[in-house]
Amino acid sequence: MIQDTVTEDIIMRKPKFIAFLFTTIFICFFIFDPSQSIVGHLLEPALGDPEKSGFYGRCVTASMSAVLLVLNLLAISWIPNFRLQVITVWLQLLILFLSFFYSFDLSFEFIRSKIWFMVTQGIFTTLYVSAISIVIASFIAIIGAVAKMSSNGFAYAIASFYTSFFRGLPLLMQVYLIYLGFPQIGYVIDAVPAGIIALSLCYGAYMTEIFRAGIMSIDHGQWEGSRALGFKFGLIMRKIILPQSIPLIIPPTGNQFIAMLKDSSLVSVIGVWELMFLARTLGNKTFNHMEMLITAAMLYWMMTMVLELIQSRIERKYKKQQSR
Amino acid sequence: MSETKHNTKGPIISIRQMNKYYGDFHALTDINLEISIGERMVICGPSGSGKSTLIRCLNRLEAHQSGSVNVNGVELHQRMKDIDKVRSEVGMVFQHFNLFPHMTVLENCTAGPMWVNKVPPEDAHNIAMKYLERVNIPEQADKYPAQLSGGQQQRVAIARSLCMHPKVMLFDEPTSALDPEMVSEVLDTMTDLAQSGMTMIVVTHEMGFAKKVADRVVFMDEGRIVESNEPIAFFENPQSDRTKKFLSQVLVH
Ligand SMILES: Nc1ncnc2c1ncn2[C@@H]1O[C@H](COP(=O)(O)OP(=O)(O)O)[C@@H](O)[C@H]1O
Ligand SMILES: [Mg+2]
Repeated sequence: MIQDTVTEDIIMRKPKFIAFLFTTIFICFFIFDPSQSIVGHLLEPALGDPEKSGFYGRCVTASMSAVLLVLNLLAISWIPNFRLQVITVWLQLLILFLSFFYSFDLSFEFIRSKIWFMVTQGIFTTLYVSAISIVIASFIAIIGAVAKMSSNGFAYAIASFYTSFFRGLPLLMQVYLIYLGFPQIGYVIDAVPAGIIALSLCYGAYMTEIFRAGIMSIDHGQWEGSRALGFKFGLIMRKIILPQSIPLIIPPTGNQFIAMLKDSSLVSVIGVWELMFLARTLGNKTFNHMEMLITAAMLYWMMTMVLELIQSRIERKYKKQQSR
Repeated sequence: MSETKHNTKGPIISIRQMNKYYGDFHALTDINLEISIGERMVICGPSGSGKSTLIRCLNRLEAHQSGSVNVNGVELHQRMKDIDKVRSEVGMVFQHFNLFPHMTVLENCTAGPMWVNKVPPEDAHNIAMKYLERVNIPEQADKYPAQLSGGQQQRVAIARSLCMHPKVMLFDEPTSALDPEMVSEVLDTMTDLAQSGMTMIVVTHEMGFAKKVADRVVFMDEGRIVESNEPIAFFENPQSDRTKKFLSQVLVH
C-alpha cells in the first residue's frame, strides 16, 4: 500500500467520536458488570463492599473503566512517533494478556521444572517435523502445479483428485487415516513418519495452488523467449520460470509454514513427542494442565514470531533483487 | 537489382498452402512463401493482419492446421521430435524483448549456448562477449536487463539470439515498443546484421528500413499475403488498392 501524502484528521481529536467511543465502551462495561473486578475492588473505599454496591456501583465502576480506557486511547493518539505508538500498544496488550494468565494462579515452580524439557524435546520435534514436511510439501506442490496446468488428462485428473481430497478432509482425520490405515494394508508405520506424511500431503495440496498461481503469474513472453532459444520444458521451469516465481511463492509459503507449525500439534494424537503432546502429558500427572497449556501456547507464539521475522527478512531480500 | 542482391542458394524456409486457425477464427489463409538463404524479407500490413502469427509459425510458437512449413529441411508438425533443434537454429527477436530479468545481460547471452548447445562456460562467455560487442554494449554485460534502456535491451535480445549462431533471424516489430529516440540504434544494429549476410524476416512498420535493407517486401491483410515485391516496385508502384491505402497511411509521417 502506498501512503497518501495528505493525512486525514486524527479521529481521536474529534469530540464527537470520543463521546461515541465513551458511550460504546460504557455500555459494554455496563453489560459485563465490572463491579466485582479489580476496578470494583480499587473503588471499595468509595463504594463500599463491591458485592453490595448494586446498580449504583455498576454505573460508577463501568464509567470509571470507560474513562480510564478512553484516556489511555487519547494518550496513545498523542504519541508522535509511529514506532513508539506500536510499542506502547503492544506492551499494553501483552500486560493485559499476562495478567489474564496470572489470574489463573499458576504454579511457576512447576513451569520452571518442565520448561527445559519442553523446549529441547517439544520445540525440537515440532520444528523438525514441520521443516521436513514443508520441504516435501513444496516438492509435491511443484509437481501438482505442473500437473494441474498440463494438457495431459491423466496428470490433471490425479492432481485435481489429490488436491480435492486432501483439502477436503480435516487434517486430524488424515493423520488417523495414515497412522491407523496403513497397518490395515500391511505397512506398520511409526508415529513420526506418519505425521510427516500427513502434514506433507495436506500442505502439498494447499501449496499446489500457491505454486500454480506463482507460475501462472510469470509473463508468457518468458516462455516464448526460452522456447525460441530451444530450451526444453524442464529447463524452462527450473532456470527461467521457478526462479522468477519464488518471490511470489515465498510469502504465502511462509504463512503455510507458520500454520503448519501449529497444525503439527495434531500429530500429538498419535503420540509424537512434539510440543502439544508434552503439554498434555506433563500436566496430566499433577493436574497442572493450565500451566503446561499456557507454556506451550507461549512457546508456539514465540516460534511464530521468530519465523515471521525470518520471513520478512527473506521477503526484503527478494524485493531488493527485484528492484535491481 | 534485388534479384542479384542475395545469392539464391535455395530456400531455407518454404511455406506451402499454409492455413492457421484460432478456434473458428481463420488467422492465416493459403500462405505460400519461400525465403532463400541470405534473403532479407520485410513483412508489413495493418494491425491484426496476421504478421506475428505468420512468423511465429516458422519456429512453431504457433501451430498451423494445414499445408506445410519447412524450415532448414525439417518439416514442422505436431509430433516432431527435434523442434528444439530447429528453434535453436532460428533466432527470434520480440516486440517486448523477453529477456530473462533475473539473469545478467551476460547470463542471458550464455544461457542458450551453454544449456542447449552444451558449449563450455569459457567458450560461451567468449561467444557472448563477441556478440555484445557486435551490438555495441559489451560494457553492460554485468547489468540486469531492468537497468538498461529499451534500445539497449532490444540489442541484448538480438545478441542473445545471435549467440546461438542461427541460420535465420525472425524479428516481430522489434522497434514498436521503443521510445522514438531509441529506434535508430536498433535499426542500425539490424542493418549491420543484414550487411553481414544474415537471412532475416522482419515484421516492421519502419518503411525506411524496408527500402534500405529489404530484398523483398511482403504486404499482408486479413491473414493473406496480398502483395510481394522488391522494395522499389513495392513502394513506387503498388498493385492492390489495399497496399496503396496502407502505404498512404504509414508514409505520410
Ligand atoms: N492467441 C490467439 N488467440 C486468438 N486469436 C488470436 C491469437 N493471437 C492472434 N489472434 C488473432 O489473429 C489475428 C492476427 O494477429 P497477429 O498475428 O498478432 O496480427 P499482427 O501481428 O499482424 O498485428 C488477430 O485478429 C488476432 O486477434
Ligand atoms: Mg504483431
